[in-house]
Amino acid sequence: MEYRVVGQRKRRYDGMKHVTAETRYVDDIFIPGTLQVKVYRSPVAKGKVVKIDCTSALAMEGVAAVITYKDVPNNGVGFVPDQQILAEEVRYKGQPIAAVAAVDEDTALKAVERIQVEIEEEEAVFDPLEAMKPGAPKVRPEGNLHMFDGRPYRKVVYGDIEAGFREADLIVEGEYFHPCHEHACLETHVSLSVPEANGKLTIYSVAQGLMRNLRLVASALEMPEGDLRFLSNWSERVRNTWKPENPASGINFVGGVIGGGFGGKNDPQLDCVTALLALTTGQPVKWRWTREEETLYSTYRGPWHMKFKDGVKNDGRIVARKVTSIRDSGAYSHLGEYVVDKHCFLCSGPYYIPNVYVEGYLVYTNKVPSDAMRGFGITPSSFATEVQMNKIAHALNMDPWKIRFMNAYRKGDKTPTRVNLDSVSVIECMKAVAESAGVALPDELMAMSSLKGREL
Amino acid sequence: MPMLEFKVNGRNCRVEVNGADSLLEVLREKLHITSPKVGCNTGDCGTCSVLIDGKVVRSCLTNAMSANGKEVITVEGLASPGKLHPLQTAFHDNYAAQCGFCTSGMLMAAKALLDKNPKPTREDVKEGISGNLCRCTGYVKIVDAIISAADENSSREES
Amino acid sequence: MKKHGVGIAAVLYPTGFSAGGDSSQAMVKVRPDGSVNLYIGSVDLGQGCKTVFAQMVAEELGIEYEDITVIDQDTDTSPLCAITGASRVTFTAGIAVVAAAREVKSLILEVAAAELCTAPEALEMGGGKIHIKDDPARFVTFQKIAYKANYQERKLLVGRGHFMPDPAVIDFETGASNHFRTMAWGAMLAEVEVDTDTGQIEVLRLVSAYDVGKAINPLLVEGQIEGGTIMGVGAAIMEDLYPYYPSTDWQATNLGTYMIPTALDVPDNIRSQVVECPSTGGPYGVKGIGEMTGNSASPAIVNAIYDAIGVWINELPVTPDRILRALESVESR
Repeated sequence: MEYRVVGQRKRRYDGMKHVTAETRYVDDIFIPGTLQVKVYRSPVAKGKVVKIDCTSALAMEGVAAVITYKDVPNNGVGFVPDQQILAEEVRYKGQPIAAVAAVDEDTALKAVERIQVEIEEEEAVFDPLEAMKPGAPKVRPEGNLHMFDGRPYRKVVYGDIEAGFREADLIVEGEYFHPCHEHACLETHVSLSVPEANGKLTIYSVAQGLMRNLRLVASALEMPEGDLRFLSNWSERVRNTWKPENPASGINFVGGVIGGGFGGKNDPQLDCVTALLALTTGQPVKWRWTREEETLYSTYRGPWHMKFKDGVKNDGRIVARKVTSIRDSGAYSHLGEYVVDKHCFLCSGPYYIPNVYVEGYLVYTNKVPSDAMRGFGITPSSFATEVQMNKIAHALNMDPWKIRFMNAYRKGDKTPTRVNLDSVSVIECMKAVAESAGVALPDELMAMSSLKGREL
Repeated sequence: MPMLEFKVNGRNCRVEVNGADSLLEVLREKLHITSPKVGCNTGDCGTCSVLIDGKVVRSCLTNAMSANGKEVITVEGLASPGKLHPLQTAFHDNYAAQCGFCTSGMLMAAKALLDKNPKPTREDVKEGISGNLCRCTGYVKIVDAIISAADENSSREES
Repeated sequence: MKKHGVGIAAVLYPTGFSAGGDSSQAMVKVRPDGSVNLYIGSVDLGQGCKTVFAQMVAEELGIEYEDITVIDQDTDTSPLCAITGASRVTFTAGIAVVAAAREVKSLILEVAAAELCTAPEALEMGGGKIHIKDDPARFVTFQKIAYKANYQERKLLVGRGHFMPDPAVIDFETGASNHFRTMAWGAMLAEVEVDTDTGQIEVLRLVSAYDVGKAINPLLVEGQIEGGTIMGVGAAIMEDLYPYYPSTDWQATNLGTYMIPTALDVPDNIRSQVVECPSTGGPYGVKGIGEMTGNSASPAIVNAIYDAIGVWINELPVTPDRILRALESVESR
C-alpha cells in the first residue's frame, strides 16, 4: 500500500536544532547558583559502612551540603528494591557512599577528600562461576542466584530434549563467552534538580523512561510521616506541596533529549542524589559524570558464559538444542531478569527446533551492576547460535546458507515459548543479502520461503 | 586573574579566566556557548572541537589563554544571517545527526577539512573526522553529508 | 600473509517488552490555525521517534509533516510512556499515536460534514482539505474546520490514544509466555581480511537486510542499520570493558582505553536493504528495528574468520592476540 507521508524520507523532526547547536542537553542548561556534585566512592568491593564523618567537609567554604545513606528516606530502589542510592552496605568498588554539593567541581572534589569513612571490609566474589558455588561469599543476604519465580534459573522446555538427542545423528557442542560492553554514549550521565518556588522539584534527566525514573525517585524520597528530613527552609514549602502518600506529586521530570542511551541511562542513582541535595540546599544541583566515572561505574552489558549442545540429523535438520547460560549481574540486577528471560526464550535463534531445553542463570558478584544494552540477552545468543550454525554446517560438510535455509522459521511456526509466528521473513532476508552480495544461491534454496507455512 | 581577549564567532570578547581554565570551560561556563560538549575532557572523543584561526582543536585540551588574540569559531558562528552553512544543510538533509551530541564537533572537523581540501575523497573525509567519535550513526551518513557539501560547494563555484 | 574470508549470520529480534504491561499514551490537538500538536511521553535517544510519529499523524490527518509540533517530554504535561527500549516505541507508542490521530480525525469530520451538509462517512481527508469522496470539487480546508470547531462550535479538537500489551505470564515449567508483539528478522554477510602475521582483522564488506515490517521513514531505518552495524563491528573486534574478566584489573577507564569504532573502521563497502513483511497489529505493519542491527556483525565476522583461516573463535572481541593464539593452536596439532 502506498502512503503519502509514511514511507517518505522526511528530514529528522529536530534535525535543524542538532545542526545549529540549538538542541539543549541537560548539561547545556545553565541556572545561576547551581551547585556541583562529587561523590565519595567505596575503595572496597564489599563491606559495611560503620562510620562516616563529614564535619570537616561541611566546614569548608563553598560546600552547601553533604548527604549519606542516613539522608535517603527509602534507600532501596529498583526492580529488586535493594539498590542503595548511597551505600550503607557496600556491594561494589566505586559505589557512592556520600555526596557533596558545592559551588564548583573543584571545591566538591576537595570536600570529598575530607570525608572520613570507615568500612568493615568483607570477602568479595568477582567470578560468577565461583559465586554460584555453595559457601561462596554472599553478595546479598538472599544469596548470589537471582530467583525466577522462586527457581534459581529461568527454564524453557519445549518438546523432549532427551528424545531429541536420541533421534540425532550427530551432536555438536560449543562453549561461548560474550564480554562486557560499555554503551559509550557521547553524552555521559547528567542530572540537574531544581527546586521551584512553589515547592515542586524539577529534575532535568537523561533517563530513557521519564515516568519510570519519576516513580523510582519518588520512592527513594518517600518521607516518613512527621519526620523532618530536609535541612533547609525549603522544607516547609516542600511539605506543603508534597503529599507523603504520593511523593511523585512533588516532582516534575523534564527530558526527552538525550545524547545517546542504548540501554545505559536507566539508573535512577543520579536523579535521586541531585533531588535529595536540591531539597536539602534549596538550590539547583547538577551532577555530571566524568568520562572515567561513566566508564568505570555506569551500568554495562553483562557478560555471558554459554554452553550449547545441538542434536543434528545428517540431512541438516537441528532436532534438539540444550543451552546453559550464565549472566553476571554485578552487584544489583537492574533489568537483569528480563535480559535473561529474553535470552532463554529465543535461544533457538531464527530456526525451528522441535526439542529445546534452556537454563538461564543470573548471578550476583561484587562488581559494578550490569544492565540493559542494545540487543539485550539476544546479542550473546545471536553470537552463539550463528557460530553454532557454521559449526554444524562444517560438521555435516554442508553449505552455511543451506543449513540456515533448511532450519529457518516459516510462517505459522511456534517459538520454544509457544508463540505463533505470524510474520516471518528470515529466508527472504537471507535471499536479499545473497542477491546484494552477488552470491548465487542454488535453485533448491531459492524455492524456499519463510512467508509460507512449513511444508510437511 | 588573567584577562582573555579574543574573537568568538565574529564578536570581540573579554573574559576573566583562571590560569588553568580550558577553552572548553570558558566557552561553556563563562560565555554560555554550548555547542562544544564535555564528552570526555581527555581529547579522545572530539565533541569539544572548535576552530582557532581556522585550525580544528580539542578545546578540552586547550588552555584558554592560548586563544588570546585569536579567532575562535564554533557551530553558533557557522551560519550567516538567514542562511545555514552548506555543511549544516548537508548534515540535516543526509540525516547525519541522530542524538546530535557529536554533531557540533563533527561540523567543526568537517569545516576544517573542507577549508583545506575542498574536493575530498571518502577516505579523506574518514581521515578528517577520525578524531570524532559517534556512537549512533555508524559514520556513513556523516561522510555522505560532508561529500555532499563538498559537491555542492564545487558546483556552486563552477556556476 | 593476508587471507580473505566470508561469513554469514541470520538474526531475529522480538518487538516489545518481554514482560508486557508497558503503557503508551498519546494526544493529538488541532489548533485553531490548523496546526497540530502531538503529545507523547516517549523519550528520544536519537532514534527519531518524534519524526516517525509526526509522519503518522500527518498521514492520518491528510496534512503536511511540517505542520506538526511534537511537544517535548515533561511529566507534568506529557502522557505516559514506558522506557525507550526493547525496540518497542514505534510499535507500542505508535498504536497510541495513530489512535489519537484517528479520534481527532473523527471530530474534524463531524464538523466538516455539517459544513458540507453530508455524512462524515462520505468525506475524505488529504492535501490539507476535507472533500466529498464522490465530488472532490466540494471541499473545505482543514484550516477552516480547525478555526470553526475551536471558535464557533465550542469543540476541543483533542484525540486520545492508549495502548498497553497484556502483562506476560510465564509458565513456570515450560517458560511458555506471550512475550513479544511481533518478530523482526535480519541477515548479514561479512567479508574480512585476516593478517596471519599480526592477527589484525580488516572488515572489508558488510551486506545486510532487515525486515522492519514497514519503514515509516527509510532514512531513519538506514540510520539504525548503519549505527547498529558499526556498533556490532566494535563488539566483534575491539570492545572489551574488562579484558581480564572476571578480574577488573586493567579495566578500561575512558574512551582512550575502551575502543569504539571511528570513521576509519567503517568499510567502504557497507550496504543495507529493507525487507517489508508487515506485522499484524503494528501501525502500518511496523516492527521494531533499534536493537537487532547490533547483533549480526559479530557472528558474521567470526564465521568469516573461520572461512579465512580455519579457526573457530568462541569469545569476543576477536583481538589480534586471540587470532594468533588460535593459529598457534591449529599449527601445533
